[in-house]
Amino acid sequence: MNFLILSLIKAAVVAFVLMTTLAYLQWIERKVIAHIQLRVGPRRVGPHGLLQPLADVIKLLTKEDILPSHVNKVFYFLAPFIAVFFALIAISVIPFGTEISVGPVHTAMQLTDLNIGVLFILGLSGMGVYGVALAGWASNNKYALLGGLRSSAQMISYELPMALAIAAPLLMLNTLSFRQLVDAQSGYYLGFIPRWTIFQGPVPQVVSFILFCIAVFAETNRVPFDLPEAENELVAGFHTEYSSMKFAAFFMAEYANMVTVSCVATLLFLGGWQPLWPAQYGSSFLPTATFLVGAALCFYHGFHPARSFDRITLPVAGVVFLGIAAVFLIPPVSAVLLPLFWFAAKVGFILFVYIWVRGTLPRFRYDQLMRFAWTFMFPVAVANLFITGLVVALT
Amino acid sequence: MDSILFLIFAAISVVCGVNLVLQKHPISSALSLVGVMGSLAVLYLLLGGEFIAMAQLIVYAGAIMVLFIFVIMLQNAGGETRGKKRLWASYAGAPMIAAIIGIGAYLIQHAVPHTAEVTFGAFQHGNPFDIGTSLFENYVLPFEITSILILIAIVGAIVLARKEIE
Repeated sequence: MNFLILSLIKAAVVAFVLMTTLAYLQWIERKVIAHIQLRVGPRRVGPHGLLQPLADVIKLLTKEDILPSHVNKVFYFLAPFIAVFFALIAISVIPFGTEISVGPVHTAMQLTDLNIGVLFILGLSGMGVYGVALAGWASNNKYALLGGLRSSAQMISYELPMALAIAAPLLMLNTLSFRQLVDAQSGYYLGFIPRWTIFQGPVPQVVSFILFCIAVFAETNRVPFDLPEAENELVAGFHTEYSSMKFAAFFMAEYANMVTVSCVATLLFLGGWQPLWPAQYGSSFLPTATFLVGAALCFYHGFHPARSFDRITLPVAGVVFLGIAAVFLIPPVSAVLLPLFWFAAKVGFILFVYIWVRGTLPRFRYDQLMRFAWTFMFPVAVANLFITGLVVALT
Repeated sequence: MDSILFLIFAAISVVCGVNLVLQKHPISSALSLVGVMGSLAVLYLLLGGEFIAMAQLIVYAGAIMVLFIFVIMLQNAGGETRGKKRLWASYAGAPMIAAIIGIGAYLIQHAVPHTAEVTFGAFQHGNPFDIGTSLFENYVLPFEITSILILIAIVGAIVLARKEIE
């Protein structure tokens, strides 16, 4: 019974945090893209557009739900469900931090620790194709069908190098459970080089990491591989005929997939919640320092406002940052928050790279995309796996 | 709990299997097959075969069936048209299927001992470590020979399928 209640509470917390992240990820993406393109981005709803995600949710919920004629109704309704189900359920095996104790309760910061966690994620990513492919087929629209076809071909092709890239670090770490993967990456070489998989001997997995990052860009249908929804060729690709909440479901699935693969990249290659440098050189004070710098910036711009209402909003944000910086100095709380901070920082960095790439690179042509997968990514991934296996077997 | 889950997913796999035959459109049939594969994966999981369950999900449901659906979508295959049913087939079909399944179930129940555990030689559990150890230590020769057999099959398929270049 205790286990049931604990699991429910954890599931509720994780679901709430994940949903908030998904909503605000879109706000962050719009802001970052806007600044890359020398615009200001959303700023009408709330201070600096911070309430924009809420407004978007209300808009999407209340819009008219159009059912086009001649669609295959069963699959038309099923497709967004499949997409969002397999995207959201993946978060259940992701660990966010070390184990915590609140009074008598002792639990890990994770919904469930499967001993086949990595395979579970691979299986889910394979099933996620159905959502996109079915949406394209059931819509009874040539653009949607082309989008669905492109996405199934693309996802099958890029799943191969992705799985091979995942296999190489697994050869070194010797486990499939995410928690044990992170534990196997703890410690430092020479006292300061972290034993993350991308630095760990005998074969630092830099090639795997790069291959994995490229492959997941294609898996999540993001720029430069967003051929399934290439708007200048296919209107909006597989979700052309979807409106209202069903469109929002695809949108949510895409962002949830981004968060999941960023978490997997962090856990497999970047050492999960292991800090970048050891605590005796002061890595535990980094969050405090970060938030102090944030607070200082807010106060500076608050007192030299570019716009009149910045005089109020930015000092308030500065005070909040000061509070967070202080919280990280309380020893029992910081023991819980530090792993979370490092995990969130690494995931956030990969998500930022996602947005950065979207603001920088143009889209591939479809034949380039396929040739790249089969004639470059696949041989390199096989060679990388072979070399890693050989060296691991010899040492 | 295990038996409840077994009943639920066994029922789903049977319903999906029947649906696979009954559906007229190839996409519906293919998706029913995905349902069968998925519920079979859960049944493997209930038996303790974690690796086999995930391999089932990744290889069959995730890769092979996606290819099936991709080809069906690419060909844009329409629904099948049904021919005229023979009179005796429409009356005797269902009872005969029930009789065959019943006889099969009866024979299995009597031929197989109830309490004995299923074992495969030296192989005991279903976790990835044990499977890897069995495959690469005890059964390395059959495993490699099977791989070569599959490789030959793939090469053969390509040779048969490719167009002759004049």
